[in-house]
Amino acid sequence: MKKYLLDLKVKSVDRIHERYVLIKLTDDKPLPDMLPGQFVEVRVDGSPATFLRRPISINFVDRGQNELWLLVATIGEGTRNMAKLKDGDTLNCLLPLGNGFTPARQDEKVLLIGGGVGVAPLLYMGAQMLQMGNEPTFLLGARTAKDLLLLDIFNRYGRVFVTTEDGSEGEKGFVTNHSILQDGRFDRISTCGPTPMMKAVARFAREKGIVCEASLENLMACGLGACLCCVEKTTEGNLCVCKDGPVFDVKRLLWT
Amino acid sequence: MASLNVKIKDLALKNPVMTASGTFGYGLEFADLMPLDGIGGIIVKGTTLKPREGNDYPRMAETASGMLNCVGLQNKGVDYFCEHIYPQIKDIDTNMIVNVSGSSPEDYAECAARIDALDKIPAIELNISCPNVKDGGMAFGVTCAGASSVVKAVRKAYRKTLIVKLSPNVTDIAEIARAVEAEGADSVSLINTLMGMAIDIERRKPLLSINTGGLSGPAVKPVALRMVWQVAKAVKIPVIGLGGISSAKDAIEFLMAGATAVEIGTANFLDPTISIKVRDGINDWLDAHGCQSVQDIIGVIS
Repeated sequence: MKKYLLDLKVKSVDRIHERYVLIKLTDDKPLPDMLPGQFVEVRVDGSPATFLRRPISINFVDRGQNELWLLVATIGEGTRNMAKLKDGDTLNCLLPLGNGFTPARQDEKVLLIGGGVGVAPLLYMGAQMLQMGNEPTFLLGARTAKDLLLLDIFNRYGRVFVTTEDGSEGEKGFVTNHSILQDGRFDRISTCGPTPMMKAVARFAREKGIVCEASLENLMACGLGACLCCVEKTTEGNLCVCKDGPVFDVKRLLWT
Repeated sequence: MASLNVKIKDLALKNPVMTASGTFGYGLEFADLMPLDGIGGIIVKGTTLKPREGNDYPRMAETASGMLNCVGLQNKGVDYFCEHIYPQIKDIDTNMIVNVSGSSPEDYAECAARIDALDKIPAIELNISCPNVKDGGMAFGVTCAGASSVVKAVRKAYRKTLIVKLSPNVTDIAEIARAVEAEGADSVSLINTLMGMAIDIERRKPLLSINTGGLSGPAVKPVALRMVWQVAKAVKIPVIGLGGISSAKDAIEFLMAGATAVEIGTANFLDPTISIKVRDGINDWLDAHGCQSVQDIIGVIS
């Protein structure tokens, strides 16, 4: 898939949560083709402290509005600077990067499991599935009700189930405790979120014999498979999360 | 339009801008983003006789105006390179140079000999300066005797242009440069990364898996420039300068300090098209200053 280096225009920056912003970007030309699960390397400001690009997963692509959405956790100086962008600013983006999730077949029943900011790529994945006529099921986890991100938008694209650690919304506990996992029958799971969550999901999938893909977020520099910094140990040796991933069938990972 | 042609011994470069090993993959990774044949050369990822898995993750840490890495020469070995990579890169219309590393002089020589047989690889860059592997690499590059032993062995096995990449982690880099020149190196490139460290104070642990790593990026540029200047005065062979170059201005500083060509490394991660911009910026500067050729500014600082 052809990669581009583009100065995209900031259309809006919404502070949707104390720790997260939703940034909508656009361009004069139609945005390039992008797959669910791929990501963007964003040039923050090149200042001494935020020197390298920041890898941000593609949250949604709205073709009608020619918008690319990035859901950003404002955890460090670079992402906090992204949150300060104003409408009309430009953001230099290297995209689309990585492999993306394997597209679901029409007859596959798919569960998309996300936690925290890891819900981001699942929105685009679910929207693409619905467009193909295969309604996905989302299972989204967060600490408390207010940490559930973009819930109203997820509801547009599939059935949504929720867990919170404090029980303030949906079922209490972690995503892997949710009753849908026992009641529903799924052919494929795509997951993104904190590594302990994804490992628990992978264990569940292995026990049930369900195909499972996880999207990793190892620290990276180039985003192109050149520097070999973001490697993950796999059954085929060290692979680059940026180029060979970020999505891996969990059978290839050396997770226990 | 000024002439940008330079020569590294018998190796003709259409312009003095190359990309540094380990920062540009095999070039192919950047092919969508910039014309690979627009630069003077591409120095591909460090290659060893046997495959290497490299160090454990995490392998990088962002630091002020730079980054640390401890990749540790992950590569699939020279046989894989010859069989699978070479056919994909041999027709790229620029100098495709292979960076060669090893853990003994014999290793280096055998690896170099295999690459000598590849028609479209006109030069190698000998890495005697990797700070991230225990069994070799920098161990050779930090003493004159060690550096000489590797270059001597490789020179017997390799007939084409031999560039030796020097470590800055030494007391006197000019002395090492003279030692490799005496053993028949055609050129020296410098600097490799500076040994550094970063700590996560909350976890009370180093950020890198092997504790230390190599520092690169704009943070090292003044150190690199000083070393290039010192080495250029100490040897007769052409010097290739690298270390934090991020703009045409940076590159011109290295050329004025005595470098015949430059390599761009970490800056490729910020802007994958930077090498083309540096090339164009050098040309614009030469035009604006009435210089007919890049040769007019090489080594003007005495």
